[in-house]
Amino acid sequence: MTPLSVTISRARLTYGGTLLFSDLTLELPAGRTTCLLGPSGVGKTTLLRILAGLAEPEPPTQVVTGDGQPLAGRIAYMAQQDLLLPWLTVLDNVLLGDRLRHRRPGPARVEQARALLDRVGLAGRERDRPAALSGGQRQRVALARTLMEDKPLVLMDEPFSALDAITRLRLQETAAETLAGRTVLMVTHDPLEALRIGDRLHVMTGRPAVMGPALEPSGPVPRRVDDPGLLAHQAELLRRLAE
Amino acid sequence: MKALLRALVTLLVLVAGWQALVWATGLPRYLLPSPLAVADAMQRQAPLLLTHGLTTLAEILIGLVAGVTLGGVSALLLARFRTARRWLMPLLLVSQAIPVFALAPLLVLWLGYGMASKIAMAVLVIYFPVTTALFDGLRRTDPGWLDLARTMGASPAAILWSIRLPAALPAFWSGVRVAAAVAPIGAVIGEWVGSSSGLGYLMLHANARMQIDLLFAAVLVLGLFAVTLYAAVDALARRALPWQPDTQPAEDANP
Repeated sequence: MTPLSVTISRARLTYGGTLLFSDLTLELPAGRTTCLLGPSGVGKTTLLRILAGLAEPEPPTQVVTGDGQPLAGRIAYMAQQDLLLPWLTVLDNVLLGDRLRHRRPGPARVEQARALLDRVGLAGRERDRPAALSGGQRQRVALARTLMEDKPLVLMDEPFSALDAITRLRLQETAAETLAGRTVLMVTHDPLEALRIGDRLHVMTGRPAVMGPALEPSGPVPRRVDDPGLLAHQAELLRRLAE
Repeated sequence: MKALLRALVTLLVLVAGWQALVWATGLPRYLLPSPLAVADAMQRQAPLLLTHGLTTLAEILIGLVAGVTLGGVSALLLARFRTARRWLMPLLLVSQAIPVFALAPLLVLWLGYGMASKIAMAVLVIYFPVTTALFDGLRRTDPGWLDLARTMGASPAAILWSIRLPAALPAFWSGVRVAAAVAPIGAVIGEWVGSSSGLGYLMLHANARMQIDLLFAAVLVLGLFAVTLYAAVDALARRALPWQPDTQPAEDANP
């Protein structure tokens, strides 16, 4: 899967008569992880939903891809809730996309799903139902399901915010390792999370909101929590968020 | 096991109260027979009760299967097709404003004195609870699941079949439980209006001849059917939904 670059430009959003933003641009370079930070209600989730095809873009919003082809059918989506189906086993949840597209997963696909579960640290749990897993494990299954889709653009909407601090740190590491080399947009509230796994960080603030300049922390991901550079950046991000 | 024992004790106390009432008031046998007299009638008239009981049981079971199938299919059509919703929903609601029991004489007139009119009656009382329960369930799918399915490129039919329907099954089974509870009522009302066999017929017949002990025996058999049917449906529902946690407080189950 060759990575894809995507740009959303001239984005405009009104909600209940209030202008949330207009003429906003967000660039997602190919093969990089872009993190979008901002306070609640600023419209960052809506931007992600427009890219996911879940929200109608308001004119004159434009989504342009690097290869000129439409984005529909080329994204994988991961939400704050794990969205696992409780009546399916862990393995069948990972293979949900195939099932929904009426494709009976062949042995190769099943093997791939098993390998992904192994990669997120859940080998041996294939036959379990989601209810038997902890919150962190369930979100790992959701990550495996997202990777199983194997799409050029991965969209993540606060994927780890419902987890406790330690589980979140571990999952960030798994996510950074497994998502390396893909085009990713992650919406988050958490500056530390963005700094650990993001290549490019944007802060979106104000009403109408403006997109801050990209912050590009140095060093390979996942970055260490006690990295002094990371801590300095965190202070800077918090300051921008509070503006 | 303990729960069964407790139920038995409750039953025994009630029966003892009944017997005591008969003794204390000295009511004649044709007004209130004693439990012993009912037990006696049950034993003496066992073949009669069995024949009529089987007729009623067949009506209930056929009515239940047909009503649940019809209700299930209707709910799926309503959920899948907007046109079906717009044209049939008002009709469905208005149809419930007509008391089904008022239609019983008409059903007997159209379908005759045999089982068909009773089955139709049972289907009519079952249809609405099953349809509304499943349709409600289908409408209340977690929006997050629907979003996910859409990003995966699922067609509306695939979403209905693989996500909305399984998610609505707990609601559907609640509807089936209600259906199991009302199905015997439908069958017996049908028999009251016009029939030549069945427990409802036997009740009217015994009542007219002042065989109140036989009437009581027929009611008991019907009650037994209803309880067994409900327990069977409940067990079936639990089997069908192993992923659905029973969140009744644990102290209920383990005293």
